[in-house]
Amino acid sequence: MGTAYTPGLKVSSKTTIRKTRRLPLKGEVNVKVGDHVLPDTVVARTELPGVMQTVRVAEYLGIEPSEVERVLKVAIGDEVEPGTVLAESRSFFGLFRNECKSPIAGTVEMISPISGHIGIRYKPTLVEVKAYIEGDIVEVLPEEGVVVETTGALIQGIFGVGGERLGEIKVVVAQPGEIVDEDSITDDLAGKVIVAGANITGMAIRKAAGIGVAGIVVGGIIDKDLVDYLGYDIGVAITGHEEIPTTLIATEGFGVMRMAHRTFELLKSLEGRQASINGATQIRAGVIRPEIIVPIKNIVVASVDSSAEQTLELGTRIRIIREPYFGMLGEVVALPPEPVLIESGAKVRTLKAKLENGEDVTVPRANVEIIQE
Amino acid sequence: MAEVKTILATDCGSTTTKAILIEKQGDEYRLVVRGEAPTTVEAPFDDVTVGVVNAVREVEELSGRKILFEGSNPGEGIKIQVPTKNDVGVDMYLSTSSAGGGLQMTVAGVVKMMSAESAQRAALGAGAIIMDTIAIDDGRKEYQKVERIRQLRPDMILMSGGTDGGTVKHLVDIAEMLISADPKPRLGIGVKLPVIYAGNKDAVEAVKQILGDRVDLRVVPNLRPTLDRENLQPAREAIHELFLQHVMQQAPGYSKLMTWTSSGIMSTPNAVGKIIQTIAEQEKINVLAVDIGGATTDVFSVFSGVFTRTVSANLGMSYSICNVLAEAGIENIRRWIPFLADEGYVRNQLRNKMIRPTTIPQTLRDLYIEQAVAREALRLAFEHHKSLARELKGVQQVRTIADAISQEGTGKTLVHLMDLDMIVGSGGILSHAPRRAEAALMMLDAYQPEGVTMLAVDSIFMMPQLGILSTIMPQAASQVFERDCLIKLGTSIVPVGIGKEGQTACTIAVRYRKSQECEAKTYAIPFGSIKVIPLGVGEKAEVVITPARGFDVGSGRGRLHTVEVEGGVVGLIIDARGRPLVIPSEDDKRIAKLREWMEALGLRPE
Repeated sequence: MGTAYTPGLKVSSKTTIRKTRRLPLKGEVNVKVGDHVLPDTVVARTELPGVMQTVRVAEYLGIEPSEVERVLKVAIGDEVEPGTVLAESRSFFGLFRNECKSPIAGTVEMISPISGHIGIRYKPTLVEVKAYIEGDIVEVLPEEGVVVETTGALIQGIFGVGGERLGEIKVVVAQPGEIVDEDSITDDLAGKVIVAGANITGMAIRKAAGIGVAGIVVGGIIDKDLVDYLGYDIGVAITGHEEIPTTLIATEGFGVMRMAHRTFELLKSLEGRQASINGATQIRAGVIRPEIIVPIKNIVVASVDSSAEQTLELGTRIRIIREPYFGMLGEVVALPPEPVLIESGAKVRTLKAKLENGEDVTVPRANVEIIQE
Repeated sequence: MAEVKTILATDCGSTTTKAILIEKQGDEYRLVVRGEAPTTVEAPFDDVTVGVVNAVREVEELSGRKILFEGSNPGEGIKIQVPTKNDVGVDMYLSTSSAGGGLQMTVAGVVKMMSAESAQRAALGAGAIIMDTIAIDDGRKEYQKVERIRQLRPDMILMSGGTDGGTVKHLVDIAEMLISADPKPRLGIGVKLPVIYAGNKDAVEAVKQILGDRVDLRVVPNLRPTLDRENLQPAREAIHELFLQHVMQQAPGYSKLMTWTSSGIMSTPNAVGKIIQTIAEQEKINVLAVDIGGATTDVFSVFSGVFTRTVSANLGMSYSICNVLAEAGIENIRRWIPFLADEGYVRNQLRNKMIRPTTIPQTLRDLYIEQAVAREALRLAFEHHKSLARELKGVQQVRTIADAISQEGTGKTLVHLMDLDMIVGSGGILSHAPRRAEAALMMLDAYQPEGVTMLAVDSIFMMPQLGILSTIMPQAASQVFERDCLIKLGTSIVPVGIGKEGQTACTIAVRYRKSQECEAKTYAIPFGSIKVIPLGVGEKAEVVITPARGFDVGSGRGRLHTVEVEGGVVGLIIDARGRPLVIPSEDDKRIAKLREWMEALGLRPE
C-alpha cells in the first residue's frame, strides 16, 4: 500500500556519490580503477566524426556518374585539403581540362558510381569527458567511460538550466525565505556558486551572469524570469545544454518558494567549499535532476537500505509538492487504505500528515515526496 | 490452449502504469479490478517492472487474488505467475507501453507530398512519434538536413521513395545523407541505428552498398510501388518487429518484462487503434477517439471506414504540459478558466506540474486549470489530426483500413464533424475527471462537434489493454469494452450557425421510449446556451429538431431533423453556443459565460 508516492530529492550531508562519466560514442578511457581524479581530469576521450560533405563530381564535370571512376585523382581513405584535385576530365581532344577540387579538408570516404558523388568527411572533433567531481575511479566501462566515486554532500534540485560548473559556495542571504535582488550581486561573487533564498529577481540573474557567477542555487524561480534569462520558452523539460554563463538550480519549484530549511542549512554549512554543480534536468525517459555535489574526505557514510528509504510509512518525513500546501514539511500520521474524496471531487488514495506548524492535513499520496537523508 | 479464465493486462504509460484484471464470469469476460502505480523507467529504479509489480500489487489487494510470486532462482525477484498455478497467478498476461518516450522515428522520402507522406502514414500507423520528415524537396538545404538527422536520435529511420523502376539517384542521395550525418540511436551506446528501407526495389543494391554495415539495414517491399498504390503493411510490420527487438530491449527493464508477457509488448497507440477500429467496424459508425497522456496525445478516427491515427508528440498533461502552453499561448489557456487567474500564477503552476508530473490537483481551482490546458491540448492534437486525415484524391489504393492514413494537401479532408457518430475520450484527464460532465464539456469545447454525436469516455482508461487483448481474444476484449470500459456520457445535439444571444437556435421535441409509455416534451433552446435534457444510460428517445433559420443539425439549414438518440450518465446535451464557438474576450463576461455553461451541466464553478 505504501507505493503510491513520488520519490524524493536527495539532500544529504554524508553520502556516497557515484557519477558515471560516459562518452557519447565509443572511445578510449584514460584512467584506471583506483586512480584519484580531480574535477578537470580528462577521464575519457573520443573523436566525434565530422559531417560528410558531398561533392557532385559528375555534375560538376558534365560527365556520366559511371565515368567518374575513370577521371578520379583520389581514392577512398585519402586525406585532402581545400583545393586538392578530386577528379580531372579533358574535353575537345584533350585541349581543355576540367578539374573538380575539394572545397574542404577531410578524408575521402565515399565514391559512388551510381550518383557520381564523392563524400569527404570533415576532420573529427575531439570530445573529452572530465571527471567533474574529485574522487576515485571505481569502475571502468571499457571504451565508454568510468564511474567516479566520492563521499560528501549531495543536494538534488527540482529543476535547473545550464551545464556542469565548478565554484566555491557562497550564501548571500541570511534566511531561506529571503529574495535576492541585484544589489546583493557583487563583483567578488565571480566564479562562485551562490545560494539565494526563496527567489532571485530577473535583474539579479542577469547581473550574476554578467559578472561571471558560476551558479545560482535558489528555492524558487519565476517562470517569466527564466524565459527572459534564456531568451526563449522551455516546452519540454530537457535542459543542461543551454548556452548561458551561469547555471541556475531551483530546489523547490516555480514561484517564490522558501528554500527547505534543511537544504538551506546544509548549503550554509558547506560555505567556502568547492562544489561541482549541474543544472541538467530531464523529467522523462530516465529522470535527471540538477545537483550540487561537495566532496568531503574522510567522512563516515552509513550504509542505507535503498529500498527501505523509498517506503511511505507512519512517521515518514514528507514534503508536500502541490497546492494548497505546496512546500510544507510534515510527518505521515495515517495511511487510510480506502480512497478518500478530496476538494477537486476526485476519490484518491491519501495520507494524513502533521505539518511542522502542528496542523493535520489530508493530501493525495501522489502529492508528497519522501525526504531522503 | 487451455481455457483462459483470468487475464492481467498492464499499460506502462509515461507517467502511470495501469493494471487491469479480467475474469471469465459465467459465459462472459468482465473487468474485476484496476490498480495503478507510478511508472518506474527513471532513477532510482530504472526498471519498468517495479511499477508493474506495484500496480499488480494493488490489483492483488483489491481483488484478493494472489498474482505475484517470489522466484526461486537467485536474483530472480518478484514476478507475475503465468499461467495460474495452485490458485496463484493469471492465465494470460499482456502489456502495452508508451513509457520512456514511446517509439520515436525519423522518416525520409523523395517527394514530400508522396513517398515521404506514405512513410509518415506507415510510421504513424505503427504507433510511432515522428521526430522529423526528411524529403529531397522539403525546402531545406542539404547541409541543414544532414545537421538535423545528426541531431535527432531516433529509435529507427524509415526510408522510402521512388516507385519500383523509378528514381534510383534520389534514394542514393538520401542514403548518402544518412551516411554523412552518421546518426546514432536514442538508446544503447555502440548500437547500430536500425534503418528500414521501403523504397524503389531497383535501388536496394545501391542503397545497401552505400549504407553498408554502418547501420542495421532492413529491406522491405516498397511502400509506394506505383504512384497510385500504397503498400504500408510490410513497413509497419518491420517497425513493430524492430520496436520489440531493439527499442524495448534497450529500455529500462523491458527485456525482463517481455519474458513475463504471453505475447510481445505492443506500443500504446497501436493498441488503442486496434480497439477503435473494432468499435467502428462492429457498430458501422464514424468514430473519433483521443488518448491524452502525460507526454503525447494520440488521435484516432474512422470516417467512412478509413482509419487514421496521429500521434502528437509533446502535447500532453504532465511532461509536455509546458509545450501545450508554448504552442497554444497563455491566453488560449486562460480563456477556459472559470475564474480570474493571474498569468504568472498559471504559468508557474504549469511549470510545477511539468517538474513533478505525477502530482494531481487537490483543489477545484487547480483542477480547472488543468482542464483548461487539456482543452487546448485536445484542440491542437485534433488540428494536427485533421491536417493528415485527407483522402488520396483520384488514386486507387491497395491498403488495409489500418494503413489508410490520408494525404496532406492533395485530397479532401476525411474529418466531417457533421457525419461523426461518436467521440471517445481516454486518458487520465478525461477518464478520471471527478465528474463525468466535466469530460463531456472538455470534449465539446475542444472538438466542437456538429449535429448529433454520442460522447463517451473510457471509464477507467483501459483501451490500450483491451486493444492488445483484441488481437488475441477479440471476443473477450469486446465484452469488457461494452460492459465495463465505455461510459456513454450522452448524445450531444449541436445546431451549426451563429445567432443572437438569447434568440431561439432550435426547438427540440423529445419523445421518450420508456416501456409502453410515450411521453413528449418540447424545449426551445436559446442561442449561446447549453441545455441538458434527462435521458439516462441505455434510454432511448426520438427527437425532432427544428433548427432556426440559418442553423443546421444535419439535414440542412433550417431543415427539420428527426433522429433516435441514446442517453448517458450526463443526459441529452443541447449545445446551442454556436459554431464556431465564440468566447467573450472581456474577463467578466467570459467568466460569467463559462460558469453558466458549467452550471447547465450540473457543475460547480468553485
